[in-house]
Amino acid sequence: METVPRPGKGVPLKKDKLQAKRKKPRRYWEEETAPTAAGASPGPPRKKKKNLELRRQKLKNAHNSKKSWSSKKSQVTKKSREQRRPREQKNLREQKKPGSQQSLSGAQDPFPGPAPVPVQKARKFCRIDKSKKLPHSLPKTQSKLEVAEALEEEISIKAARSELLLAEEPGFLEGDDGEDTAKIRQADIVEAVDIASAAKHFDLNLRQFGPYRLDYSRTGRHMTFAGRRGHVAALDWVTKKLMCEINVMEAVRDIRFLHSEALLAVAQNRWLHIYDNQGIELHCVRRCDRVTRLEFLPFHFLLTTASETGFLTYLDVSVGKIVAALNARAGRLNVMAQNPYNAVIHLGHSNGTVSLWSPSVQEPLAKILCHRGGVQAVAVDSTGTYMATSGLDHQLKVFDLRGTYQPLSARTLPLGAGHLAFSQRGLLAAGMGDVVNIWTGQGKATLPALERPYLTHRLAGPVHGLQFCPFEDVLGVGHSGGITSMLVPGAAEPNFDGLESNPYRSRKQRQEWEVKALLEKVPAELICLNPRALAEVDVISLEQRKKERMERLGYDPEAKAPFQPKPKRKGRSSTGSMVKRKKKVLEQEHRDKVRQSLEEQQKQQKQQKAKPTGVQPSALDRFVR
Amino acid sequence: MQAAEMNAMRAAEGLLALSQQEELVDLQDYPLSASEDEGDSDGERKHQKLLESIGSLDGKKRWKLAERSEASLKVSEFNVSSEGSGEKLLLSDLLEPAKTSSSLAAVKKQLSRVKSKKAVELPLNKQEVERINREVAFNKTSQTLSKWDPIVLKNRQAEQLVFPLEKEPASFVPIEHVFGSWKARTPLEQEIFNILYKNKQPVTDPLLTPMEKASLKAMSLEEAKMRRAELQRARALQSYYEAKARREKKIKSKKYHKIVKKGKVKKALKEFEQLQKVNPAAALEELEKIEKARMMERMSLKHQNSGKWAKSKAIMAKYDLEARQAMQEQLAKNKELTQKLQVVSESEEEEKGTEEEELLVPDAVNEIQMCTDGPNPWMLRNCNSDAKGEIQKDPEQPPEPMVQEVSESEEEEKPGGEEEVLLQEFEERRSLRKSSELSKNAEPVGSQKTKDSSSQEVLSELKALTQKLNQKNCQSKKQNVNLVKTVLQGQREECAPEEEEPLLLQRPERVQTLEDLEDLDHEEYSQIRELSRPVLEGERTERTTDNQTDASKGKKKEQMIDLQNLLTTKSPSVKSLAVPTAIEELEDEEEKHQKQIIKEAFAGDDVIRDFLKEKKEAVKASKPKDVDLTLPGWGEWGGIGLKPSAKKRRRFLIKAPEGPPRKDKNLPNVIISEKRNIQAAAHQVQVLPYPFTHHQQFERTVQTPIGSTWNTQRAFQKLTTPKVVTKPGHIIKPIKAEDVGYCSSSRSDLSVTLSNPKRPTGHHKKQLKKNSID
Repeated sequence: METVPRPGKGVPLKKDKLQAKRKKPRRYWEEETAPTAAGASPGPPRKKKKNLELRRQKLKNAHNSKKSWSSKKSQVTKKSREQRRPREQKNLREQKKPGSQQSLSGAQDPFPGPAPVPVQKARKFCRIDKSKKLPHSLPKTQSKLEVAEALEEEISIKAARSELLLAEEPGFLEGDDGEDTAKIRQADIVEAVDIASAAKHFDLNLRQFGPYRLDYSRTGRHMTFAGRRGHVAALDWVTKKLMCEINVMEAVRDIRFLHSEALLAVAQNRWLHIYDNQGIELHCVRRCDRVTRLEFLPFHFLLTTASETGFLTYLDVSVGKIVAALNARAGRLNVMAQNPYNAVIHLGHSNGTVSLWSPSVQEPLAKILCHRGGVQAVAVDSTGTYMATSGLDHQLKVFDLRGTYQPLSARTLPLGAGHLAFSQRGLLAAGMGDVVNIWTGQGKATLPALERPYLTHRLAGPVHGLQFCPFEDVLGVGHSGGITSMLVPGAAEPNFDGLESNPYRSRKQRQEWEVKALLEKVPAELICLNPRALAEVDVISLEQRKKERMERLGYDPEAKAPFQPKPKRKGRSSTGSMVKRKKKVLEQEHRDKVRQSLEEQQKQQKQQKAKPTGVQPSALDRFVR
Repeated sequence: MQAAEMNAMRAAEGLLALSQQEELVDLQDYPLSASEDEGDSDGERKHQKLLESIGSLDGKKRWKLAERSEASLKVSEFNVSSEGSGEKLLLSDLLEPAKTSSSLAAVKKQLSRVKSKKAVELPLNKQEVERINREVAFNKTSQTLSKWDPIVLKNRQAEQLVFPLEKEPASFVPIEHVFGSWKARTPLEQEIFNILYKNKQPVTDPLLTPMEKASLKAMSLEEAKMRRAELQRARALQSYYEAKARREKKIKSKKYHKIVKKGKVKKALKEFEQLQKVNPAAALEELEKIEKARMMERMSLKHQNSGKWAKSKAIMAKYDLEARQAMQEQLAKNKELTQKLQVVSESEEEEKGTEEEELLVPDAVNEIQMCTDGPNPWMLRNCNSDAKGEIQKDPEQPPEPMVQEVSESEEEEKPGGEEEVLLQEFEERRSLRKSSELSKNAEPVGSQKTKDSSSQEVLSELKALTQKLNQKNCQSKKQNVNLVKTVLQGQREECAPEEEEPLLLQRPERVQTLEDLEDLDHEEYSQIRELSRPVLEGERTERTTDNQTDASKGKKKEQMIDLQNLLTTKSPSVKSLAVPTAIEELEDEEEKHQKQIIKEAFAGDDVIRDFLKEKKEAVKASKPKDVDLTLPGWGEWGGIGLKPSAKKRRRFLIKAPEGPPRKDKNLPNVIISEKRNIQAAAHQVQVLPYPFTHHQQFERTVQTPIGSTWNTQRAFQKLTTPKVVTKPGHIIKPIKAEDVGYCSSSRSDLSVTLSNPKRPTGHHKKQLKKNSID
């Protein structure tokens, strides 16, 4: 069937097919690359059966760990080029003078002026939506707007330039022609990668204390896990150095790191307990009882607990106060996920809905009907764009969270996915029984294509906990037989921000970071669906204030003064004529208003007329069921 | 003034004295005359009096100055008679002495000056004076102050102000001074400096050492002389040639020019032959030139006896031998020019045998081909086109030119040929497509079960659409749709285990089929599509990954999507290599599995109903409520069981204004809370700052985050620069003219002299205008 060539395309088919089959390595900056760009440079044919590449975590980062390496923030490097153009305009002016440009050696700068920045790159950092039209503004306002726009442009250019510092590239797994990457086993990957990366794949055989749940710290350096039968442990999983191992002698339902690896929150049978990394119990929070799931919101310092009693509780760990306790009114809560973009908590319910919660609102911000059966697992990707849900109806769905909440793709799984997790770069992992499937999209923050899995892995027992490790291409799986650390090439963000979450930080640096993070703590009230809405003016209270002011003053200070005809001489300003003139102007205004409203009505009617043409009702509709 | 008055007084006294003297003289004279003629004069006088009295009777001249004709004792001072009684006595006349004296001229002048002076006006009252003073002062001050306006504006708009204003002048020290204090200490430094100084390497002027400069400047005298001589010679030669050319140009003899031309041609030929032997490449070029000349000749009608002169000669040719000869000459020339240049090389001849055709092939051409192996296709083409016929016959010709020859010969046909090829291709494709479609149509439904799932997807879609198209003539659409639906569902429920064919291959296939269908009948297709919409819903969501355009098309239609469809549509099942163990057991009994899936699919129907109910309630709760103000029994009969009339109720019902449409209006599976987050709103801006008139304007200025989390270090510093920077421990003095580049005058700080005086601002202008009107 594929022998039929597509008309209108001059490229020979075979070549096209080859390109389509081979999965191109995607660089971190190639987020929205067109397929033509990817296929433009086909490499030489590979002779090896498997071509595996794993990102090598360069240890050199450890030396200059004081510098930051993330995309979010970049730091001052002592690059002379950067130093030379603090103010570009000034620099330009200097260049006009011939004398100032000459260096001592007489050599000329081969690349004069500031380094060029591609517009596309800079646009990524722009936040002002210039397509929106503004109401007419006064010259003074106009100048302010212009200043703001110029500043934004300059800053986005700076940010684009600092992208150069993101030196690391994400890894990837690439199959040969016709080869399915899902067939590649962990052993193959371990064989192919360097020894440092191979050491990241390991299994912990812990059959005694039942199915395990696990959590990674925000830096990706530490791991903690808890077996249902009370086994709690924390370790530096890279060096395999155990920090603590205790048995709490009680059923453990979930475990989470708090803001740093020094504190653990453990949801035990009755209450919520907090331990330090020595295994010493610090707190027992009795207001959070029968907790089933835990989430920690790192920027708000909020520990969120979902309980059997149906309460969602927000505990501020920086002050030790319960911020909000919300009754979800949906029975037992045992599915919870956080949206890393806006810190909204997603709860899955047994009636197939997912509800979105904020501590400042007593009712759910939104409720989405996702499945016909109960929701088994929910996960939200790091950009807050996609939500993956799986239900008892054996479906796995990916929803768009940008306002529409519609399913973008759906698949029926042989067995419903009990656990879901998104990686930093948008890979979706699902644990179904004793199998873990991983799907990938086309680069960072893209919709994972559910057609065929990227990787699969079978475990010793059914999956009970699933979490991707930050900044490492590793997926941690907790199951009834212990813990498995899987290698998933291309899962994590290769560049980390040394000031934000530095895996190589020392104790001192951690303390410093802790203080800074506490100072920058975001208040819990600010959690809302659209965090950018906080940068908007509160229109309702603005109007309210205006109204109140009007009432206080007795008139509208901003209103246009009513037309008052000027008195005219020579007897023409009789009372009658004055009234006439006044009336004339008033009527003119009224007519304008009516005309405007009529035009609007016509527009609406047109739209309404245009709409039904799409759906022409047919006489046969009555038979359709 | 006073002096003049005194003078006048003195003069008057003098006058009186004089008049008394005269009277005395008169008195002395009188007695004499009276005694002489008393009687005559008496009568005459009376007569005179009478006449006067008569004359005065008309009333006009009542009063007549008494004429003093006789001496009397009584001399009245009022009746000083004078001759010109009507004239006014001028002061100056009085002053005038009998004989004019120059001493009084000054006095006269002074008098006239006194007279010309006007009287002093009354002074203005105090308030007016003060007001005027104030206005003037205001204008002056505002004008001086307006010179500061640009500075004030600049400071207001400045991103940052640094105080104190006066900066220490940055001192630029020449590099020698800096180096002077610095000394090379380490041995390495010393060595380097030694080398530098030895070579006289400049430290400040960096480009060249003096040696280098000198060497650059230097140029030997001999060289210069030689060069000059050369130049002179060249110039002289040029002038000779110019002169010669001018001379030759002036020659008008035709014969001379003819001879010259012939000579040139001959020379050229000779040269060409020589060149052929020496430098074939250059010869070829030459040949080309000749070729071109030939072409030009063939193109033009110059020597073909068609010109004016030739025609006239043709008439004469019958009779005039000379004319005939001239014409023939012309034709011969034409022939000569149009004839091809054929040069034969002996060696070639020998090699290839003595064939006539062979002879015609230009030697140079072959040579070139041999030596370069077709380096330049253009050249080859040219040559070949010349020797077209010959080469075609030549069996020994190398294959390369042959090919080119063929292409050459086909050149005219080529466009046609291309089209043909294209058409052929299209036909091939079409036939292929048809065959595939046919095969699909022919395939029985049952046979599809054996197929893998991915191809099934394609097939099912295709089949649905083709079947619809086929059956649309039978006008049994409903049946058709049902059929399709069942087919589709049957296919989906199978969930074939294997998926060997890569999904990517589906794409071209599907697109093609869709395109075909659209070609066939667009309208019908769209209608059917609408019908089968719910069925295809699942397909569409799946297609988002495959075909973005299709998905967007579907999305754009902002319609209420049926919730039932959204959830009940079966999504394709994912296949995984590793099937969970729990499932593996089940897979053996496939029927059981199927049943389970079906059961699960229809288990949660009430879930949807519940959700819809919940949504309805939420919508209801968020709607603003109407206010009912009816009072039962008011203006009507009251009592139990009596309801106020509908009219009344309608009248007293205050309808609540309809709010904005709900965000989840078109989203059936979502309830979005419309409640306002009051706590977050407390953190939002509630008052628009000054220059903004609309909240959107202000929002735009606060879009960019300023925290270091979102920005680079440098950007963060720039965004958070303080508005005002002060130096601790320094007095901030008020701004002075010198600080902003004005030079202040000595009078005051306020007054500023501008290099280009600014016009007064509008307000000041108005003031000035007002003053001028006043």
